Amino acid sequence: MGLRRVLDDMEPHFAKGGKYQAFYALYEAVDTIFYSPSRVSRAEPHVRDGIDLKRVMITVWLAAWIPMFYGMYNLGFQANTAIAAMGLEGGGDWHEPIIALLAGHNPASLWDNLVYGAVYFIPIYAVVFVVGGFWEVLFAIKRGHEINEGFFVTSILFALIVPPDIPLWQAALGISFGIVIGKEVFGGTGKNFLNPALTGRAFLYFAYAPNMSGDAVWTAVDGFSGATALSQIASAGLPAIHLTSGSELTWIEAFLGQMQGSIGETSTLAILLGAVILLVTRIASWRIMLGVFLGMCAMATLLNQVGSDSNPAFATPWYWHFVLGGFAFGMVYMATDPVSASMTNTGKWIFGAMIGVMTVIIRVINPAYPEGIMLAILFANLFAPLIDYYVVKANIARRRARGVI
Amino acid sequence: MSSKRKVLLSPIFENNPIALQILGVCSALAVTTQLSVTLVMCVALTTVVAFSNFFISLIRHHMPSSIRIIVQMTIIASLVIAVDQTLQAFAYEISKSLSVFVGLIITNCIVMGRAEAFAMKNPPAISFLDGIGNGLGYSVVLITVASLRELFGSGSLLGYEILPLIENGGWYQANGLMLLSPSAFFIIGFLIWGLRSVKKNQVEAKEYRMAPNSSGEESVA
Repeated sequence: MGLRRVLDDMEPHFAKGGKYQAFYALYEAVDTIFYSPSRVSRAEPHVRDGIDLKRVMITVWLAAWIPMFYGMYNLGFQANTAIAAMGLEGGGDWHEPIIALLAGHNPASLWDNLVYGAVYFIPIYAVVFVVGGFWEVLFAIKRGHEINEGFFVTSILFALIVPPDIPLWQAALGISFGIVIGKEVFGGTGKNFLNPALTGRAFLYFAYAPNMSGDAVWTAVDGFSGATALSQIASAGLPAIHLTSGSELTWIEAFLGQMQGSIGETSTLAILLGAVILLVTRIASWRIMLGVFLGMCAMATLLNQVGSDSNPAFATPWYWHFVLGGFAFGMVYMATDPVSASMTNTGKWIFGAMIGVMTVIIRVINPAYPEGIMLAILFANLFAPLIDYYVVKANIARRRARGVI
Repeated sequence: MSSKRKVLLSPIFENNPIALQILGVCSALAVTTQLSVTLVMCVALTTVVAFSNFFISLIRHHMPSSIRIIVQMTIIASLVIAVDQTLQAFAYEISKSLSVFVGLIITNCIVMGRAEAFAMKNPPAISFLDGIGNGLGYSVVLITVASLRELFGSGSLLGYEILPLIENGGWYQANGLMLLSPSAFFIIGFLIWGLRSVKKNQVEAKEYRMAPNSSGEESVA
């Protein structure tokens, strides 16, 4: 137990009155990474499970690795395909010399694709992690709360929902906004009413629309332009959707994620594998996921039935909504954020359904936004406390009518 | 003398109508995308507050209390119409971009608030100063917000390019959010945050205590 002794010897310096008491939060963070906290509750109710917030967050973080690795591969695959089709030498910016050191540009090679994706994704993630971590630690020290692993989750989720071509300074600005405005000004993890990663992305979406939407940003090759499946649907309807190479996009390709998009959102399969981990460990709420899914199905089917002569997107069936854009990613990783979602079980159903319904409404009916899951989740986040309030009220009224209270 | 000074200057930082009393925020969101428009709005509002305070204070002993709001509104509305007509006559372009917001000075909470809170209880001269002071407090916040929004949203100040935009061959990429009203909310929020961390006495008493992340000892009953 040498490490334990090292940590214990250091402890007095960080405790109140010690030399480094301002940095207690950092000491605490390192200590609890290696050892479960020794302080336990002695009065009832007792905790029945060894899993604490740190382990919960790390599990989500690891579950996000599946779409992350697929996302890196797919980023490279899309880019290398485009490079081959356009007859270019490479992607055409500062990434290119690094890629050239390690790999070529063969879209059939797993290694080439993975290297290409990693060279784009790792800088984004590193910047997000360092900048976001800086704010997290700064507020932990100033406000005297613990450094929270919620930040691990926020940073990886944020890095996975940005377009591959995003300039690094925008990634830094976005995560700063998400962490500071979306979380820390309200008191840190547990007191934020919005999902911090989505808050940061929404900031970028409205601030730097040319880098966050449109046709040019979804494949990491300079000068490449191709509409995403959702924006093709918004303009011409489902039968017209095709890959940027020109061939038709089949449902199974969309399900596997062989299309361009934000880094982590493309593969519904990879995201569902992550969902299995989250559901088996009971970290994410199955009620919310199912609520989002059913809400989306119901609204999509309703719009199919209503139909429209002028808007071809009305005809998009639910199984296409499911595999395109960020729907699956939002459903599994974003809507289930335990802090900003509803707390009550009935509330979770309502909260989830609201997201599903809103997503389809924004995608189909709002002509300006081909994708709607981000705004739908933020919208439902605002309503979560209200939903819980009325669920609790209704419960009290029901019990009173039964004469229990 | 010092009390006059206080009436004139305290609304700027000590008792700012926007930052402390959180009044008049609607126009702070609406007219702050361009600094030039904001300056005109500030002058218009300051004029209206000062003169409405003056006239209301002048007739404060002759107003039956039961209809005082109507009388105050009549005075304020007349002043706003005068300001609006003047703008249309001499600065038509700017009056067009201010559109309804000059007219909405009538409902600006600062004007009504100062009339009720100050002019009804004080003589005309000092009420006039109070109006100017509150107009200045409003202007300080609006000008700060507008400078930030125009600088980062369009890369310019008063129409002169400060940060050369990429579209014009420069290096600065305009922040589109700054041109949308919500950005004014964030900026005013940051201003209030900054002001209250300097002047701790402005921090409101908490309505409830936020529980810290509970430690083992705390959960012991």
